Amino acid sequence: MISIRNVSKWYGEFQALKKCSTEVDKGEVVVICGPSGSGKSTLIKCVNGLESFQEGEIWVDGISVADRKTDLPKLRSRVGMVFQHFELFPHLSILDNITLAQCRVLGRSKKQAVEKAVQLLEMVGLAEQQPKFPAQLSGGQQQRVAIARALAMDPVAMLFDEPTSALDPEMINEVLDVMVNLAQSGMTMLVVTHEMGFAKRVADRVIFMDWGEVVEDRPKQTFFEHPETDRARQFLSKILTH
Amino acid sequence: MAFDWSSIPGSLPILWQGMIVSLQITLVGVLVGILLGILLALLRLSPNRLLSWLSAAYVTVFRSIPLVMVLFWFHLILIPLVVGLLFPGKRLELRLIAALTAFSLFEASYYAEIIRAGILSVTKGQFNAGLALGMNRRQVMRLVVLPQALRRMVPLLLTQAIILFQDSTLVYVINLDDFFRKAYNVGNTVGTLNELILFAGAVYLVICTLASGCVRQLQRKLTVLPVK
Repeated sequence: MISIRNVSKWYGEFQALKKCSTEVDKGEVVVICGPSGSGKSTLIKCVNGLESFQEGEIWVDGISVADRKTDLPKLRSRVGMVFQHFELFPHLSILDNITLAQCRVLGRSKKQAVEKAVQLLEMVGLAEQQPKFPAQLSGGQQQRVAIARALAMDPVAMLFDEPTSALDPEMINEVLDVMVNLAQSGMTMLVVTHEMGFAKRVADRVIFMDWGEVVEDRPKQTFFEHPETDRARQFLSKILTH
Repeated sequence: MAFDWSSIPGSLPILWQGMIVSLQITLVGVLVGILLGILLALLRLSPNRLLSWLSAAYVTVFRSIPLVMVLFWFHLILIPLVVGLLFPGKRLELRLIAALTAFSLFEASYYAEIIRAGILSVTKGQFNAGLALGMNRRQVMRLVVLPQALRRMVPLLLTQAIILFQDSTLVYVINLDDFFRKAYNVGNTVGTLNELILFAGAVYLVICTLASGCVRQLQRKLTVLPVK
Protein backbone atom coordinates (compact mmCIF):
# COMPACT_ATOMS: atom_id res chain seq x y z
CA MET A 1 0.00 0.00 0.00
CA ILE A 2 2.76 2.43 1.01
CA SER A 3 6.25 1.85 -0.29
CA ILE A 4 9.13 4.09 0.76
CA ARG A 5 12.37 3.44 -1.15
CA ASN A 6 15.72 5.04 -0.37
CA VAL A 7 14.24 8.43 0.44
CA SER A 8 16.73 11.20 1.22
CA LYS A 9 15.97 14.81 2.03
CA TRP A 10 18.19 17.81 2.68
CA TYR A 11 17.44 21.19 4.22
CA GLY A 12 20.35 23.05 2.66
CA GLU A 13 23.43 21.34 4.04
CA PHE A 14 21.53 19.41 6.69
CA GLN A 15 20.42 15.93 5.71
CA ALA A 16 17.08 15.26 7.41
CA LEU A 17 16.43 11.84 5.87
CA LYS A 18 19.09 9.31 4.88
CA LYS A 19 18.04 6.60 2.45
CA CYS A 20 14.92 5.65 4.37
CA SER A 21 13.05 2.58 3.18
CA THR A 22 10.05 0.63 4.39
CA GLU A 23 6.82 -0.96 3.25
CA VAL A 24 3.35 -0.81 4.74
CA ASP A 25 1.05 -3.52 3.42
CA LYS A 26 -2.70 -3.25 3.19
CA GLY A 27 -4.26 -3.56 6.64
CA GLU A 28 -0.90 -3.27 8.35
CA VAL A 29 -0.26 -0.96 11.31
CA VAL A 30 3.29 0.37 11.47
CA VAL A 31 4.55 2.57 14.29
CA ILE A 32 7.50 4.92 13.80
CA CYS A 33 9.32 5.96 16.97
CA GLY A 34 12.59 7.65 17.79
CA PRO A 35 14.03 10.69 19.54
CA SER A 36 12.81 14.14 18.56
CA GLY A 37 14.57 15.50 15.51
CA SER A 38 15.13 12.01 14.16
CA GLY A 39 13.10 12.69 11.00
CA LYS A 40 9.93 10.75 11.85
CA SER A 41 7.53 13.61 11.13
CA THR A 42 9.45 14.65 8.05
CA LEU A 43 9.26 11.12 6.66
CA ILE A 44 5.53 10.74 7.27
CA LYS A 45 4.87 14.13 5.63
CA CYS A 46 6.76 12.95 2.56
CA VAL A 47 4.25 10.12 2.15
CA ASN A 48 1.44 12.50 1.14
CA GLY A 49 3.69 15.10 -0.42
CA LEU A 50 3.42 17.77 2.28
CA GLU A 51 7.22 17.63 2.34
CA SER A 52 9.29 17.15 -0.77
CA PHE A 53 12.36 14.93 -0.96
CA GLN A 54 15.31 15.05 -3.30
CA GLU A 55 16.13 11.36 -3.73
CA GLY A 56 14.27 8.07 -3.68
CA GLU A 57 10.69 7.11 -4.36
CA ILE A 58 7.45 6.82 -2.44
CA TRP A 59 4.51 4.90 -3.84
CA VAL A 60 1.02 5.04 -2.38
CA ASP A 61 -1.49 2.53 -3.71
CA GLY A 62 0.51 2.24 -6.93
CA ILE A 63 0.95 6.00 -7.46
CA SER A 64 4.33 7.75 -7.27
CA VAL A 65 4.38 10.76 -4.93
CA ALA A 66 7.50 12.27 -6.47
CA ASP A 67 6.30 12.02 -10.06
CA ARG A 68 5.61 15.54 -11.32
CA LYS A 69 2.65 14.27 -13.32
CA THR A 70 0.93 12.89 -10.22
CA ASP A 71 -2.24 14.68 -9.21
CA LEU A 72 -1.12 15.36 -5.63
CA PRO A 73 -4.45 16.75 -4.35
CA LYS A 74 -6.17 13.59 -5.59
CA LEU A 75 -3.56 11.37 -3.98
CA ARG A 76 -3.87 13.29 -0.71
CA SER A 77 -7.64 12.97 -0.74
CA ARG A 78 -7.17 9.20 -0.56
CA VAL A 79 -4.70 9.31 2.36
CA GLY A 80 -5.98 10.58 5.68
CA MET A 81 -3.68 12.57 7.92
CA VAL A 82 -3.96 13.46 11.60
CA PHE A 83 -1.67 16.17 12.99
CA GLN A 84 -0.04 16.79 16.33
CA HIS A 85 -1.93 20.06 16.80
CA PHE A 86 -5.27 18.77 15.44
CA GLU A 87 -5.52 21.60 12.89
CA LEU A 88 -9.29 21.74 12.87
CA PHE A 89 -10.46 24.82 10.99
CA PRO A 90 -11.31 27.28 13.81
CA HIS A 91 -13.78 29.32 11.76
CA LEU A 92 -15.98 26.31 10.93
CA SER A 93 -18.30 24.26 13.13
CA ILE A 94 -17.41 20.65 13.91
CA LEU A 95 -19.90 19.48 11.29
CA ASP A 96 -18.56 21.86 8.63
CA ASN A 97 -15.01 20.79 9.41
CA ILE A 98 -15.97 17.27 8.41
CA THR A 99 -18.17 18.10 5.42
CA LEU A 100 -15.99 20.78 3.76
CA ALA A 101 -13.59 18.53 1.86
CA GLN A 102 -16.23 15.88 1.21
CA CYS A 103 -18.25 18.45 -0.74
CA ARG A 104 -15.40 20.45 -2.27
CA VAL A 105 -13.01 17.63 -3.13
CA LEU A 106 -15.11 14.50 -3.55
CA GLY A 107 -18.14 16.37 -4.89
CA ARG A 108 -20.54 14.75 -2.46
CA SER A 109 -23.88 16.43 -1.87
CA LYS A 110 -24.36 18.32 1.37
CA LYS A 111 -26.83 15.66 2.51
CA GLN A 112 -24.46 12.77 1.84
CA ALA A 113 -21.60 14.60 3.53
CA VAL A 114 -23.66 15.38 6.63
CA GLU A 115 -24.80 11.77 6.88
CA LYS A 116 -21.24 10.55 6.69
CA ALA A 117 -20.08 13.16 9.23
CA VAL A 118 -22.79 12.27 11.74
CA GLN A 119 -22.00 8.58 11.39
CA LEU A 120 -18.28 9.20 12.03
CA LEU A 121 -18.94 11.58 14.92
CA GLU A 122 -21.01 8.85 16.52
CA MET A 123 -18.14 6.45 16.01
CA VAL A 124 -15.71 8.74 17.87
CA GLY A 125 -18.34 9.48 20.52
CA LEU A 126 -18.94 13.15 19.69
CA ALA A 127 -22.31 13.20 17.95
CA GLU A 128 -23.61 15.91 20.30
CA GLN A 129 -20.78 18.32 19.47
CA GLN A 130 -21.54 18.94 15.79
CA PRO A 131 -22.84 22.53 16.02
CA LYS A 132 -19.95 23.64 18.25
CA PHE A 133 -16.71 25.28 17.19
CA PRO A 134 -13.27 23.67 17.67
CA ALA A 135 -12.24 26.10 20.42
CA GLN A 136 -15.20 24.91 22.52
CA LEU A 137 -13.86 21.34 22.59
CA SER A 138 -11.10 19.79 24.69
CA GLY A 139 -7.87 18.74 22.99
CA GLY A 140 -8.87 15.07 23.07
CA GLN A 141 -12.24 15.85 21.52
CA GLN A 142 -10.64 18.02 18.85
CA GLN A 143 -8.26 15.24 17.90
CA ARG A 144 -11.12 12.75 17.65
CA VAL A 145 -12.94 15.16 15.35
CA ALA A 146 -9.74 15.44 13.30
CA ILE A 147 -9.68 11.66 12.93
CA ALA A 148 -13.33 11.68 11.86
CA ARG A 149 -12.56 14.46 9.37
CA ALA A 150 -9.80 12.38 7.80
CA LEU A 151 -11.93 9.21 7.74
CA ALA A 152 -14.78 11.05 6.03
CA MET A 153 -12.76 10.97 2.82
CA ASP A 154 -12.82 7.14 2.84
CA PRO A 155 -9.02 6.96 2.79
CA VAL A 156 -7.10 3.84 1.74
CA ALA A 157 -4.54 4.56 4.48
CA MET A 158 -4.15 6.84 7.48
CA LEU A 159 -1.08 8.78 8.58
CA PHE A 160 -0.77 9.92 12.21
CA ASP A 161 1.88 12.50 13.08
CA GLU A 162 2.32 12.38 16.87
CA PRO A 163 -1.45 12.47 17.44
CA THR A 164 -1.25 12.48 21.25
CA SER A 165 1.89 14.57 21.87
CA ALA A 166 -0.01 17.83 22.36
CA LEU A 167 -2.63 16.32 24.68
CA ASP A 168 -2.98 16.43 28.43
CA PRO A 169 -2.32 12.96 29.87
CA GLU A 170 -5.93 12.30 30.81
CA MET A 171 -7.03 12.81 27.21
CA ILE A 172 -4.50 10.55 25.54
CA ASN A 173 -6.47 7.37 26.04
CA GLU A 174 -9.70 8.60 24.46
CA VAL A 175 -7.73 9.29 21.27
CA LEU A 176 -5.74 6.05 21.44
CA ASP A 177 -8.96 4.08 21.90
CA VAL A 178 -10.30 5.46 18.63
CA MET A 179 -7.02 4.59 16.93
CA VAL A 180 -7.02 1.06 18.33
CA ASN A 181 -10.54 0.49 17.05
CA LEU A 182 -9.50 1.80 13.69
CA ALA A 183 -6.47 -0.50 13.58
CA GLN A 184 -8.61 -3.48 14.51
CA SER A 185 -11.09 -2.62 11.79
CA GLY A 186 -8.34 -3.28 9.26
CA MET A 187 -7.25 0.26 8.37
CA THR A 188 -3.75 0.61 6.94
CA MET A 189 -1.94 2.93 9.36
CA LEU A 190 1.45 4.60 9.60
CA VAL A 191 1.76 6.15 13.05
CA VAL A 192 4.49 8.40 14.45
CA THR A 193 4.13 8.17 18.22
CA HIS A 194 5.87 7.73 21.54
CA GLU A 195 2.96 5.68 22.91
CA MET A 196 4.64 2.30 23.18
CA GLY A 197 1.53 0.85 24.81
CA PHE A 198 -0.33 1.54 21.57
CA ALA A 199 2.50 -0.02 19.56
CA LYS A 200 2.48 -3.15 21.72
CA ARG A 201 -1.27 -3.51 21.40
CA VAL A 202 -1.93 -3.04 17.72
CA ALA A 203 1.25 -2.49 15.72
CA ASP A 204 2.44 -5.15 13.33
CA ARG A 205 5.85 -3.60 12.96
CA VAL A 206 7.88 -0.92 14.69
CA ILE A 207 10.33 1.34 12.93
CA PHE A 208 12.99 3.06 15.02
CA MET A 209 14.54 6.20 13.52
CA ASP A 210 17.52 8.23 14.65
CA TRP A 211 19.49 10.97 12.87
CA GLY A 212 17.28 10.67 9.78
CA GLU A 213 17.94 6.97 9.38
CA VAL A 214 15.71 3.93 9.69
CA VAL A 215 17.75 2.09 12.32
CA GLU A 216 15.40 -0.80 12.99
CA ASP A 217 12.31 -2.01 11.15
CA ARG A 218 11.01 -5.22 12.68
CA PRO A 219 7.93 -7.02 13.99
CA LYS A 220 6.91 -5.45 17.31
CA GLN A 221 7.60 -8.56 19.37
CA THR A 222 11.25 -8.82 18.40
CA PHE A 223 11.69 -5.04 18.52
CA PHE A 224 10.54 -4.71 22.11
CA GLU A 225 12.12 -7.93 23.38
CA HIS A 226 15.39 -7.96 21.49
CA PRO A 227 16.27 -4.58 20.02
CA GLU A 228 19.27 -5.10 17.75
CA THR A 229 21.03 -1.78 18.07
CA ASP A 230 22.37 0.13 21.07
CA ARG A 231 20.56 3.22 19.94
CA ALA A 232 17.18 1.50 20.04
CA ARG A 233 17.98 -0.13 23.39
CA GLN A 234 18.91 3.25 24.86
CA PHE A 235 15.76 4.86 23.48
CA LEU A 236 13.53 2.10 24.80
CA SER A 237 15.11 2.12 28.24
CA LYS A 238 14.49 5.87 28.43
CA ILE A 239 10.81 5.78 27.55
CA LEU A 240 9.81 2.43 29.06
CA THR A 241 11.30 2.72 32.55
CA HIS A 242 8.74 5.29 33.70
CA MET B 1 -13.18 87.28 19.08
CA ALA B 2 -16.89 86.61 18.84
CA PHE B 3 -18.25 83.59 17.00
CA ASP B 4 -21.33 83.70 14.84
CA TRP B 5 -22.84 80.24 14.43
CA SER B 6 -26.13 81.44 12.92
CA SER B 7 -25.25 80.46 9.37
CA ILE B 8 -24.80 76.80 10.17
CA PRO B 9 -28.39 75.53 10.64
CA GLY B 10 -29.50 76.97 7.31
CA SER B 11 -26.59 75.49 5.43
CA LEU B 12 -26.96 71.96 6.77
CA PRO B 13 -28.62 70.63 3.55
CA ILE B 14 -25.66 71.89 1.47
CA LEU B 15 -23.19 70.42 3.95
CA TRP B 16 -25.07 67.11 3.82
CA GLN B 17 -24.50 66.98 0.03
CA GLY B 18 -20.81 67.27 0.74
CA MET B 19 -21.00 64.58 3.39
CA ILE B 20 -22.51 62.21 0.82
CA VAL B 21 -19.47 62.75 -1.42
CA SER B 22 -17.13 62.12 1.53
CA LEU B 23 -18.94 58.91 2.45
CA GLN B 24 -19.01 57.83 -1.18
CA ILE B 25 -15.25 58.18 -1.45
CA THR B 26 -14.76 56.31 1.83
CA LEU B 27 -17.11 53.47 0.95
CA VAL B 28 -15.80 52.92 -2.58
CA GLY B 29 -12.21 53.33 -1.39
CA VAL B 30 -12.69 50.70 1.31
CA LEU B 31 -14.57 48.18 -0.83
CA VAL B 32 -12.45 48.39 -3.96
CA GLY B 33 -9.34 48.82 -1.83
CA ILE B 34 -10.00 45.59 0.09
CA LEU B 35 -10.90 43.57 -3.01
CA LEU B 36 -7.88 44.81 -4.92
CA GLY B 37 -5.82 44.46 -1.74
CA ILE B 38 -6.72 40.77 -1.47
CA LEU B 39 -5.70 40.27 -5.09
CA LEU B 40 -2.40 42.11 -4.57
CA ALA B 41 -1.68 40.14 -1.39
CA LEU B 42 -2.31 36.83 -3.15
CA LEU B 43 -0.11 37.85 -6.08
CA ARG B 44 2.59 38.95 -3.68
CA LEU B 45 2.53 35.54 -1.97
CA SER B 46 2.28 33.55 -5.20
CA PRO B 47 5.20 31.32 -6.16
CA ASN B 48 5.34 33.09 -9.53
CA ARG B 49 8.27 35.51 -9.19
CA LEU B 50 7.04 37.93 -11.84
CA LEU B 51 3.55 38.30 -10.35
CA SER B 52 5.01 38.64 -6.87
CA TRP B 53 7.42 41.32 -8.08
CA LEU B 54 4.69 43.24 -9.92
CA SER B 55 2.54 43.28 -6.80
CA ALA B 56 5.46 44.41 -4.66
CA ALA B 57 6.24 47.16 -7.16
CA TYR B 58 2.64 48.39 -7.13
CA VAL B 59 2.58 48.56 -3.35
CA THR B 60 5.95 50.29 -3.14
CA VAL B 61 5.05 52.91 -5.75
CA PHE B 62 1.72 53.85 -4.20
CA ARG B 63 3.11 53.90 -0.69
CA SER B 64 5.97 56.16 -1.74
CA ILE B 65 3.93 58.91 -3.38
CA PRO B 66 1.94 61.47 -1.38
CA LEU B 67 -1.79 60.97 -1.81
CA VAL B 68 -2.22 64.60 -2.87
CA MET B 69 -0.06 64.04 -5.92
CA VAL B 70 -1.84 60.82 -6.81
CA LEU B 71 -5.08 62.79 -6.73
CA PHE B 72 -3.62 65.51 -8.95
CA TRP B 73 -2.31 63.11 -11.53
CA PHE B 74 -5.52 61.17 -11.75
CA HIS B 75 -7.53 64.36 -12.03
CA LEU B 76 -5.30 66.19 -14.51
CA ILE B 77 -3.86 63.42 -16.64
CA LEU B 78 -4.93 59.85 -16.21
CA ILE B 79 -8.72 60.00 -15.93
CA PRO B 80 -9.23 62.61 -18.72
CA LEU B 81 -6.97 60.49 -20.92
CA VAL B 82 -8.81 57.24 -20.25
CA VAL B 83 -12.28 58.77 -20.44
CA GLY B 84 -11.28 60.60 -23.61
CA LEU B 85 -10.33 57.28 -25.16
CA LEU B 86 -13.42 55.40 -23.98
CA PHE B 87 -16.06 58.08 -24.47
CA PRO B 88 -14.69 60.50 -27.05
CA GLY B 89 -16.45 63.81 -27.32
CA LYS B 90 -18.48 63.46 -24.15
CA ARG B 91 -18.11 65.90 -21.31
CA LEU B 92 -18.35 63.98 -18.05
CA GLU B 93 -17.97 65.13 -14.47
CA LEU B 94 -14.49 63.74 -13.97
CA ARG B 95 -13.56 65.03 -10.56
CA LEU B 96 -15.53 62.43 -8.60
CA ILE B 97 -14.37 59.64 -10.92
CA ALA B 98 -10.78 60.77 -10.49
CA ALA B 99 -11.13 60.88 -6.71
CA LEU B 100 -12.82 57.47 -6.46
CA THR B 101 -10.20 55.83 -8.68
CA ALA B 102 -7.26 57.47 -6.97
CA PHE B 103 -8.46 56.55 -3.48
CA SER B 104 -9.33 52.98 -4.47
CA LEU B 105 -5.96 52.29 -6.05
CA PHE B 106 -4.07 54.12 -3.32
CA GLU B 107 -5.86 52.37 -0.47
CA ALA B 108 -5.40 48.99 -2.17
CA SER B 109 -1.66 49.27 -1.55
CA TYR B 110 -2.24 49.74 2.17
CA TYR B 111 -4.88 47.03 2.40
CA ALA B 112 -2.60 44.66 0.48
CA GLU B 113 0.01 44.87 3.23
CA ILE B 114 -2.55 44.45 6.01
CA ILE B 115 -4.08 41.42 4.30
CA ARG B 116 -0.70 39.90 3.47
CA ALA B 117 0.22 40.04 7.15
CA GLY B 118 -3.14 38.46 7.97
CA ILE B 119 -2.57 35.59 5.56
CA LEU B 120 0.91 35.00 6.95
CA SER B 121 -0.51 34.91 10.49
CA VAL B 122 -2.46 31.76 9.64
CA THR B 123 -0.18 28.84 10.48
CA LYS B 124 1.45 26.44 8.05
CA GLY B 125 -0.34 23.65 9.93
CA GLN B 126 -3.72 24.99 8.81
CA PHE B 127 -2.49 25.15 5.23
CA ASN B 128 -1.17 21.58 5.47
CA ALA B 129 -4.44 20.35 6.99
CA GLY B 130 -6.31 21.73 3.99
CA LEU B 131 -3.86 20.20 1.53
CA ALA B 132 -3.93 16.84 3.34
CA LEU B 133 -7.69 16.68 2.76
CA GLY B 134 -7.07 16.88 -0.97
CA MET B 135 -7.92 20.52 -1.54
CA ASN B 136 -5.78 22.37 -4.07
CA ARG B 137 -3.87 25.50 -3.08
CA ARG B 138 -6.56 27.83 -4.34
CA GLN B 139 -9.28 26.05 -2.36
CA VAL B 140 -7.15 26.04 0.80
CA MET B 141 -6.55 29.77 0.40
CA ARG B 142 -10.21 30.58 -0.25
CA LEU B 143 -11.89 28.19 2.20
CA VAL B 144 -9.39 27.90 5.04
CA VAL B 145 -6.77 30.65 5.11
CA LEU B 146 -8.54 33.81 3.85
CA PRO B 147 -11.62 33.48 6.10
CA GLN B 148 -9.37 33.25 9.14
CA ALA B 149 -7.03 36.00 7.96
CA LEU B 150 -9.83 38.46 7.18
CA ARG B 151 -11.54 37.77 10.50
CA ARG B 152 -8.34 38.62 12.32
CA MET B 153 -7.87 41.69 10.15
CA VAL B 154 -11.32 43.22 10.62
CA PRO B 155 -10.27 45.76 13.28
CA LEU B 156 -7.24 46.87 11.27
CA LEU B 157 -9.26 47.08 8.05
CA LEU B 158 -11.85 49.28 9.76
CA THR B 159 -9.22 51.48 11.38
CA GLN B 160 -7.75 51.99 7.92
CA ALA B 161 -11.26 52.96 6.74
CA ILE B 162 -11.44 55.67 9.42
CA ILE B 163 -8.11 57.06 8.27
CA LEU B 164 -9.41 57.00 4.71
CA PHE B 165 -12.49 58.99 5.77
CA GLN B 166 -10.23 61.68 7.19
CA ASP B 167 -7.90 61.62 4.19
CA SER B 168 -10.87 62.09 1.86
CA THR B 169 -10.71 65.82 2.74
CA LEU B 170 -7.67 65.98 0.46
CA VAL B 171 -9.99 66.10 -2.54
CA TYR B 172 -10.12 69.88 -2.01
CA VAL B 173 -6.98 70.02 -4.17
CA ILE B 174 -9.01 68.94 -7.19
CA ASN B 175 -11.95 71.20 -6.30
CA LEU B 176 -14.26 68.35 -5.47
CA ASP B 177 -17.00 69.40 -3.06
CA ASP B 178 -16.76 66.98 -0.18
CA PHE B 179 -18.00 67.84 3.31
CA PHE B 180 -14.94 69.87 4.23
CA ARG B 181 -14.90 71.89 1.02
CA LYS B 182 -18.64 72.59 1.23
CA ALA B 183 -18.11 73.88 4.75
CA TYR B 184 -15.21 76.01 3.57
CA ASN B 185 -17.26 77.42 0.69
CA VAL B 186 -20.24 78.25 2.88
CA GLY B 187 -18.01 79.95 5.41
CA ASN B 188 -16.23 81.90 2.71
CA THR B 189 -19.46 83.12 1.14
CA VAL B 190 -21.21 84.05 4.37
CA GLY B 191 -18.08 85.42 5.99
CA THR B 192 -17.96 82.97 8.90
CA LEU B 193 -15.07 80.84 7.72
CA ASN B 194 -13.61 80.20 11.19
CA GLU B 195 -16.93 78.96 12.53
CA LEU B 196 -17.57 76.64 9.60
CA ILE B 197 -14.11 75.11 9.73
CA LEU B 198 -14.42 74.57 13.47
CA PHE B 199 -17.81 73.00 12.92
CA ALA B 200 -16.49 70.71 10.17
CA GLY B 201 -13.62 69.66 12.43
CA ALA B 202 -16.08 68.86 15.22
CA VAL B 203 -18.14 66.70 12.85
CA TYR B 204 -15.06 64.71 11.77
CA LEU B 205 -14.01 64.36 15.38
CA VAL B 206 -17.41 63.01 16.46
CA ILE B 207 -17.77 60.57 13.55
CA CYS B 208 -14.25 59.19 13.85
CA THR B 209 -14.40 58.87 17.64
CA LEU B 210 -17.69 56.99 17.43
CA ALA B 211 -16.35 54.74 14.68
CA SER B 212 -13.18 53.99 16.66
CA GLY B 213 -15.36 53.07 19.63
CA CYS B 214 -17.32 50.66 17.45
CA VAL B 215 -14.11 49.06 16.20
CA ARG B 216 -12.93 48.57 19.78
CA GLN B 217 -16.23 46.93 20.71
CA LEU B 218 -16.02 44.69 17.66
CA GLN B 219 -12.44 43.78 18.48
CA ARG B 220 -13.51 42.66 21.93
CA LYS B 221 -16.27 40.56 20.41
CA LEU B 222 -14.01 39.01 17.81
CA THR B 223 -11.43 37.93 20.34
CA VAL B 224 -14.17 36.16 22.29
CA LEU B 225 -15.35 34.45 19.11
CA PRO B 226 -14.02 30.94 18.61
CA VAL B 227 -10.88 31.86 16.78
CA LYS B 228 -7.82 29.96 17.85
